[in-house]
Amino acid sequence: MQTALPLRPPAHQVNPRAIRWWQLRAVVALILLTVPQLSALVVLADSAPGWLVGTTIATAVTVAGYALIVPPILFRIHRWEVTDQAVYTLSGLLVREWRIAPISRVQTVDTEHGPLQQLLRLASVTVTTASARGPVKINGLAAADAAELARMLTETTQATPGDAT
Amino acid sequence: MLVVTPLDTIVRLLPVFAIVLLTGRGDPVRVWIALGITGLLILLGAIRWLTTRYRITADRVELHKGWLNRQRTSVPRDRIRTVDLTAKLVHRIFGLSVVRVSAAAGSHAGLHQLDLDAVDTAEAEGLRRELLALPVPAPDGSAEAPAPAAPPAEELARLDPSWVRYAPLTVSSLAGIGLVLGAVWRLFDDLGVDPRDVPTVDTAADRLAEAPVWVGTAVVGVVLLVIAVVGSVLLFIERWWNYRLTREADGTLRVRRGLLTRRSLSVSGRRLRGVLVSEPLLLRAGRGAQARAVSTGLAEDTHGGALQPPAPRAEAGRVAAVVLHEDPSMIVGAPLRRHPRAALTRRLTRVLGSAVGLIAAAWLVAALLPGLAWLGPVSLALLPIALLLGLDRYRSLGHALTARYLVARQGSLHRRTVALQRTGVIGWTFRQSVFQRRAGLVTVQAVTAAGDGGYRVLDIAAADGAALADATTPDLLDPVHHTHRGVSASGGGYRTGPG
Repeated sequence: MQTALPLRPPAHQVNPRAIRWWQLRAVVALILLTVPQLSALVVLADSAPGWLVGTTIATAVTVAGYALIVPPILFRIHRWEVTDQAVYTLSGLLVREWRIAPISRVQTVDTEHGPLQQLLRLASVTVTTASARGPVKINGLAAADAAELARMLTETTQATPGDAT
Repeated sequence: MLVVTPLDTIVRLLPVFAIVLLTGRGDPVRVWIALGITGLLILLGAIRWLTTRYRITADRVELHKGWLNRQRTSVPRDRIRTVDLTAKLVHRIFGLSVVRVSAAAGSHAGLHQLDLDAVDTAEAEGLRRELLALPVPAPDGSAEAPAPAAPPAEELARLDPSWVRYAPLTVSSLAGIGLVLGAVWRLFDDLGVDPRDVPTVDTAADRLAEAPVWVGTAVVGVVLLVIAVVGSVLLFIERWWNYRLTREADGTLRVRRGLLTRRSLSVSGRRLRGVLVSEPLLLRAGRGAQARAVSTGLAEDTHGGALQPPAPRAEAGRVAAVVLHEDPSMIVGAPLRRHPRAALTRRLTRVLGSAVGLIAAAWLVAALLPGLAWLGPVSLALLPIALLLGLDRYRSLGHALTARYLVARQGSLHRRTVALQRTGVIGWTFRQSVFQRRAGLVTVQAVTAAGDGGYRVLDIAAADGAALADATTPDLLDPVHHTHRGVSASGGGYRTGPG
């Protein structure tokens, strides 16, 4: 039985700095999850329950392990491509998701720079069609590439008549 | 509107007035309070009326309202999708209607909505026609042909009173319980009577408390059932009285219905992308179904674009067919392809997995709380139920590609069969979990601007999924479909073009 989806992967990988970005996000999660537990340990001092030490260590190890192992895998999976016809992306870790939106139906193109992304000079491009379920998002592009992509898509979109429904 | 708004508010506040006046026993202060509130409402209504203006220009519908907080809404006419007329009882007494204009928003995939409250009904009718009549070029010029010229307002369906038998089989029976209980509760509450003070109720409650548990349960069950049936029948009559589905001369579909509140839903023929046949479990067991329009710009509160009341399955198929100008076998009645056995395994593991989880939780609770010891054994009943559910969910799965439509069916508790115009598909999403990858399955979602925004074909064989999408929209997937020159040169068994 053929198990893989017979679609070729999109042509381009995202920027390698995206690995750093995913790792930084994991670090933020690490801080958000462990700091409350650590402060509880410090405040309660001797009266702290024993399991709290356990959960703190478990959280730290899990998130740190995730930060080390997962982002490189994400980098290998995440791909994108803009053909003459369509915007095409592949993303996900446990659940892979291929998204295809025809350029002729694109309504808006948004570029987004979060704080972490600005730090790494990265950007996300979100391509929205007339459907509520259709947005195609490309994360972890170099800021310059994202701007160029958004400019190109916007130009193409404006050249297409109709309201794209 | 000068009359309607205050009157509407007063009607809603009637219970409050009743309480204020009745409990006051003629206390003059309370009478003055009631009169004061009424006066204030009339004043506010007058201000609203004086400050509300609407205007229809060549390319926009504008509504200005508000006095201290001025509000301007404007909707471009070429984006108008639907125009609904609603007339509540108070509106109808004065021959007025509310015109609700829904339009696709320009920048984001949302809806603009604009209510013209209380327009003369004849004028509202004219507005509806005028606003929907503006010709809009089809997206790519070839998407839809204009509906063939029909005689004015061709009637497609009307109410058959015997359909009321389906009313208790829909969720409205639950709403019916709420309706009846709510009304009774409010009656008691407004009269200031505690039900326990009524002698017959009191003795009945005492008898019930003395009787064995199963008798009590049975009595309560029967009472709830009767209430559900009565309530849902009442709701059905209120909602679907005088139901008519027509096609206007300009190709607009129009649903008119309602006993106290008259509703009229217009779906522009150009905006129609398909039909969904909805069969909740009970309704399906009663061999009933309901057809809904899959259209761009249908507002949330239009009962999901219901084209008909719950009706016999054959009638739902017929309505779907006449609405789309198609042969039933080319849309929701199309013979569907089964999904691979692996999809059955997946359905079963998913429901049985949840059932096992619930049973484990039940035994745990039973072990911790001796009073609930019966919970464990009773929960075992979930297993056969889950098994049946899984089997039925698999049996529901199916898809087909016909000349102009993509047809997909799924669901057991709520089975939905959708026929989506192939030209209405504006993108694809393929999702594959780790488990699906191992089983060689994929979930394909056809993205569309209409209805829910996307319709899924659940657990189709991976190769078939790509071939199905490729055959539905040949140009779009061409460059990315691996085996295009191989398998799907013949469409992977799917017909690729019309005819």
